[in-house]
Amino acid sequence: MSILDSKAPAGPLAEKWSKHKASIKVVSPANKRKLDVIVVGTGLAGASAAASLGELGYNVKAFCYQDSPRRAHSIAAQGGINAAKNYQNDNDSIYRLFYDTIKGGDYRARESNVYRLAEVSPLIIDQCVAQGVPFAREYGGSLSNRSFGGVLVSRTFYARGQTGQQLLLGAYSALNRQINAGTVEMHNRTEMLDLVVVDGKARGIIARDMITGEIQKHGAHAVCMCTGGYGNVFFLSTNAMGCSGSVAAQIYRRGAYMSNPAFVQIHPTCIPVHGSQQSKLTLMSESLRNDGRVWVPKKKEDAVKLQKGEISANNIKDEDRDFYLERRYPSYGNLVPRDVASRAAKERCDAGFGVNAEGKAVFLDFKYAIDRLGRDTIEKRYGNLFQMYEKITDVDPYSNPMQIYPAIHYTMGGTWVDYNLMTTIPGLYSLGEANFSDHGANRLGASALMQGLADGYFVLPYTIGDYLADEIMVPKIETTLPEFAEAEKSVTDRLSQLFNANGSEPVDYFHKKLGMIMWDHVGMSRNEAGLKTAVSEIRALRDEYYTNVRIPGELDNLNPELEKAVRVADSFDIAELMALDALARNESCGGHFREESATEEGEAKRNDEIGCYASAWEYKGAGQEPVMHKEELVFENVKLVQRSYK
Amino acid sequence: MADKILNKLYIKIWRQKNSKSQGAFETYELENVSQGSSFLEMLDILNDQLIREGNDPVAFDHDCREGICGMCSLYINGEAHGPDTEITTCQLHMRKFNEGETITIEPWRAGAFPVIKDLIVNRNAFEEIQQAGGYVSVGTGGVPDGNAIPIGQDDAEEAMDAAACIGCGACVATCKNSSAMLFVSAKVSQFAKLPQGKVEGKRRAKAMVSKMDELGFGGCTNTGACEIACPKAISISNIARLNREYLCAKLAD
Repeated sequence: MSILDSKAPAGPLAEKWSKHKASIKVVSPANKRKLDVIVVGTGLAGASAAASLGELGYNVKAFCYQDSPRRAHSIAAQGGINAAKNYQNDNDSIYRLFYDTIKGGDYRARESNVYRLAEVSPLIIDQCVAQGVPFAREYGGSLSNRSFGGVLVSRTFYARGQTGQQLLLGAYSALNRQINAGTVEMHNRTEMLDLVVVDGKARGIIARDMITGEIQKHGAHAVCMCTGGYGNVFFLSTNAMGCSGSVAAQIYRRGAYMSNPAFVQIHPTCIPVHGSQQSKLTLMSESLRNDGRVWVPKKKEDAVKLQKGEISANNIKDEDRDFYLERRYPSYGNLVPRDVASRAAKERCDAGFGVNAEGKAVFLDFKYAIDRLGRDTIEKRYGNLFQMYEKITDVDPYSNPMQIYPAIHYTMGGTWVDYNLMTTIPGLYSLGEANFSDHGANRLGASALMQGLADGYFVLPYTIGDYLADEIMVPKIETTLPEFAEAEKSVTDRLSQLFNANGSEPVDYFHKKLGMIMWDHVGMSRNEAGLKTAVSEIRALRDEYYTNVRIPGELDNLNPELEKAVRVADSFDIAELMALDALARNESCGGHFREESATEEGEAKRNDEIGCYASAWEYKGAGQEPVMHKEELVFENVKLVQRSYK
Repeated sequence: MADKILNKLYIKIWRQKNSKSQGAFETYELENVSQGSSFLEMLDILNDQLIREGNDPVAFDHDCREGICGMCSLYINGEAHGPDTEITTCQLHMRKFNEGETITIEPWRAGAFPVIKDLIVNRNAFEEIQQAGGYVSVGTGGVPDGNAIPIGQDDAEEAMDAAACIGCGACVATCKNSSAMLFVSAKVSQFAKLPQGKVEGKRRAKAMVSKMDELGFGGCTNTGACEIACPKAISISNIARLNREYLCAKLAD
């Protein structure tokens, strides 16, 4: 028996969640008001959880580092949200959404969690419509759908190219209603810096008021992490500048296990990197692949001319274009899942067919769709994305194909959680992108929004009751407890250690170096030697960081460099885990491509004999090797087959 | 296509230690900026230089850097988000500037948005307005099927046009009266176009307008500068709709 108890309910798949709900405890309304819950992060998962828990009657304190919950990076999600509504009559069902998600994740997710996600997905759409989220509609007034990569049905609901924004604003409005009602106390511009554990249970957090620098102690009966992913470990990514994984590192050091950290999604349709001054990559929605055709030149001499700027895409005739996704994957074509599309783009660019000066871009061409549907239709479907592309690149995508290249996007790995979304620390929950539970080794498009809202609206509000029902006799958690003092001291020591390093290089210098190590060795393809190099380089750079970083300004004033310094310090710990996890997983699956494990055609080759597990890394102290535990993944309902999109 | 390099720029920028201290402009010289860099990346380069010289870097708000979070809030050469239309500061690129140019950067200027430090302002007033009524009062669960609330395509599109507001505050910063009408009208219009929002429409309009007034935003005089400055092209026709909603609500009292 593993020490990791998933608490996945027994019984038929379709009955697990309802049986579980019927058997877990419920807290009475009179007792809910005696219980305090902290929610850290107010994106889709956090805002929906905080609002729902506030409505239920718990005392909620919510925290975000931005000036408003509305700025959480969920706002940037473009394409849509999946739900098994079968409004299209195209044979969609809860089982099909479950199956697509399990298969899309290369069979590295827990069946029970994924089924539940599919099961509650229709409720999310209903909830958001009721909140006034302006989803796209048909003329008759019913909801519109579109299709997304990795799937043969049309189940994605959307609000132009701003679906994440509208869903987040929906959750934000629900949160605002609770703030107004006094059930949620909102702390903007306040960053969590440590977790407080008392008698083995999560009992609060240490946070820093980012304006005054004041270190605050907050106690609660339960703590929920809704802090997103750790993509910024790579420096260049599609993530907001604050998506650092800092909180994941903090709770990992306090005893929460970190699961599958190697599973990072590389998104195929980003605007390519140019030059050396770039800080950020911009994603173009995957929905563009519904109408855009991906290609590179067939002839290498054409590619070379493109790289030198001697010709443009429109100079290349149709018969000289290699629509490599349609060629290699005839049944899914341009709609193959993200990991497949990303690797295929890299393969063509590595072979010398890249189309920009750096040789690291492929075309996404709307010429064919515009010829077929007219410019107006394309403008209506993707107008804001086209405008965004033009502003960034100074190229009109209506008359020239877009250039795209894969970039770091989403992290499937995260805190290990059981079926109740509880981490290995009792009373500590992890929701949305911050946990590992639903996407396995790869996430299908339009599933991130689904998970964030499922966890926040329809899972945690039920499962947290099971824990809190035993806490009703526990009085308010006093922040005078010695554990709070210890955690506070550890935070202030850490801040002054960084602050007093008095080195010569700014934080970004180290962050960029770390990002290069990660991209070179823990990026789109990985091998044993590279990963070993990465581990030692990360450790060496971390040592240098603590002695040579330069942080200007003051501790007790608004200080973005200090904030960044803490996040980057935490990124080192996550980066190390990512490399160790990738090294331990000697198979290819989803976004994790081990060169040692490939088919003859260069596709990822899974090895279910050795790889059918979720890793869970336990922290053993600074400078100590972390220990990996394994949750064996058991598949009772799906047959594991090699993923094929041909 | 390699981007051109701007060999020298002069960055004239508002420096203010905190909300209590006096602020002043400082001018810095900056070299070697690629025209392909975004405006915020240019500030990153400036900050790298300031840190290496032992100076305090410039504090500015930013997060998603792809034009949607609404965090960036810079007044550049006298325009909110700088010299281009329908963009946020992170989408502004250095190709809009010339060799040797002096670029003047200020924080949003509005009484209701006090400066916190350098270019960072406090936009909590927007939060309070939303909390006063910027929602449909529906709890989680127990709602009808999504298709049970049919909404005409045109209404859904118009609601979406209004809902696209990112709450950046450019409208307030650019208004000679520092009015928040465009911001408030966007949320009120979104819900006014949808059946879900109609039930408490009157209460919403009154609550949001009275909160806006209480927080010290100025009145709207239909100058239209807000619409021009808005990175998401929120139309001032929303203000007309807000006025209608508000008037109807008052008449019903």
